[in-house]
Amino acid sequence: MELDPTAMLELTNLRSQHGKVPHLAVEQLRIGTGMMVGVAGPNGSGKSTLLRAIGGELSVTGDILFYQRSLHQWDPLDRARHLAALPQFSQIGFSFTADEIVAMGMIPLSLSRQEGRQQVAALMKDTDCHHLMGRAFPSLSGGEKQRVHLARVLLQLSQATQPPLLVLDEPTSAQDLKQQHRILALTRSLCRQRGYAVIAVLHDLNHVLRYCDHCVLMKEGRLSAQGKPGDVLTQDTIEAHWEYRPQLAGHMESIPVFV
Amino acid sequence: MRLPVLICGIALVAMIILGSLLSLLQGALDLPPTECLLALCDTLFGTHWSTLDDYQRVVVTELRLPRLVLSVFVGAMLAQCGAVMQGLFRNPLADPGIIGVSSGAAVGAIVAIAIFPASIDPLAVPVSAFVAGLLTTMLVYSLSRSKQGTSVLVLLLAGVAISAFAGATIGFISYFSNDEKLRQLSLWQMGSLAGASQVNLWLGFFAVVALAVAFQRKAFALNALVLGECEARYLGINVEALKRQLIILVAVGVGVSVAYAGIIGFIGLVVPHLVRLVTGPDHRSLIPLSALCGALLLLVADLMARLVVQPAELPVGLVTALLGAPFFLALLIQQRRQWN
Repeated sequence: MELDPTAMLELTNLRSQHGKVPHLAVEQLRIGTGMMVGVAGPNGSGKSTLLRAIGGELSVTGDILFYQRSLHQWDPLDRARHLAALPQFSQIGFSFTADEIVAMGMIPLSLSRQEGRQQVAALMKDTDCHHLMGRAFPSLSGGEKQRVHLARVLLQLSQATQPPLLVLDEPTSAQDLKQQHRILALTRSLCRQRGYAVIAVLHDLNHVLRYCDHCVLMKEGRLSAQGKPGDVLTQDTIEAHWEYRPQLAGHMESIPVFV
Repeated sequence: MRLPVLICGIALVAMIILGSLLSLLQGALDLPPTECLLALCDTLFGTHWSTLDDYQRVVVTELRLPRLVLSVFVGAMLAQCGAVMQGLFRNPLADPGIIGVSSGAAVGAIVAIAIFPASIDPLAVPVSAFVAGLLTTMLVYSLSRSKQGTSVLVLLLAGVAISAFAGATIGFISYFSNDEKLRQLSLWQMGSLAGASQVNLWLGFFAVVALAVAFQRKAFALNALVLGECEARYLGINVEALKRQLIILVAVGVGVSVAYAGIIGFIGLVVPHLVRLVTGPDHRSLIPLSALCGALLLLVADLMARLVVQPAELPVGLVTALLGAPFFLALLIQQRRQWN
């Protein structure tokens, strides 16, 4: 098999067992630089498990190669500068301010105080949470917390020497309509302009169609289909996965819209 | 509203110096203040200015001085350890003794008191307390470890269970002790700084400095741990190693404190809480400021313990609990009001 020179992440024969039941079984998945990958599937189909495996949080058999190197061969700090994940939930018992949480993205970096402060401010603007500076993190709404964390993981990746990988577990679930599109447009522009690879669990299939370059469909722990979103997401495949047949409402800029 | 870290630090240092002077000048024996200070100079710089009698000089330089220095060290260690434990458990209600070190040390001390005659080497009790504290922590820690790593929840529960067991052991020994031993046992459990001497001051000095340096190096990582273990790993932190190191450091810190001064409650619980309210939860400032604040509080508590019922004295652990408990409740009530 030929190695794609731009391949950043390669998963082969990934298996993870929970007792005797395999809860993740992935033959192959390759993600290249500049690619935005949407992971979709019904609840409990293994989407978050897949992301945990990619982040090295799950004991699995098989290979996870990140820039042709196994994850545990990376120096932890170097890895942190190239691979970051947005948590789905966040409970913090101490009243750190929002900007202090963002600044924790500096832990693996070497930034001066001054540079750090500028970066924090810039990224909080990008993620539309600049107005939350100085606010106590536990007092924020779910969506605001998620955007603060997004600013933090973007800061964490800001000193990558090669294009980094951003893992997003339902980045839009707590967001309102405007923020959903802002976040997806932001991550997509990072892919386009700076070569980031993004792998995101998305529940809104129209988001996958509109923002992603590659779509991965999951069912019962397996990758049941992958390819261009327009090819993978048809009324038939959607019905096969979710037991719900959506209506095709029309096309927007030649992208299908399902309701 | 938060206050600047540097200003708070300077204010605390100033208050510690002030408190130390006060503690040096006050006591059951009434001595002229200037003479006390001259005697202090004599000890520190080898001068011969003081005109105090020998026994008066001994009171100042060999009773009051070591004792106030020990209170500063013990207070600083307990408060730092409290701040670290609360960060590790991601819970502001954690106490440094939560990993079983205090209760284990208490068993060690009480076994030593009960077995050995009163005339035995004064090192028997502290050494036995320290060793038992460390062993208990190791037991609690090993109970919480599994293939998936250390579970903080199991650590907490194991700590509670082992502490309960230690309590029962202490009760058992007390039940079979005679009256004199019984009094010794219960006094030890209330904490006292009267055992200060040159030897344990040097040890205490090294312990407190080593602990402060080590904690400061882990402070940024401890911040990340507050985000969650998973998030800390993504930030490049070796979470297992961090937990292990912090537990060992806390066990040593609390173990040394308990060995020197018995059980002194509430400093490790209340002080980090208070500091967090004033300067925020960032461990890089929380840990050193907690050390200063803990030092100040224990210094003042010991001063009160010496002055309130002079010429006798109260166990300092009683004073910290008497002051600490209502204060802690007041903090809780105030916070609840803020949340509502």
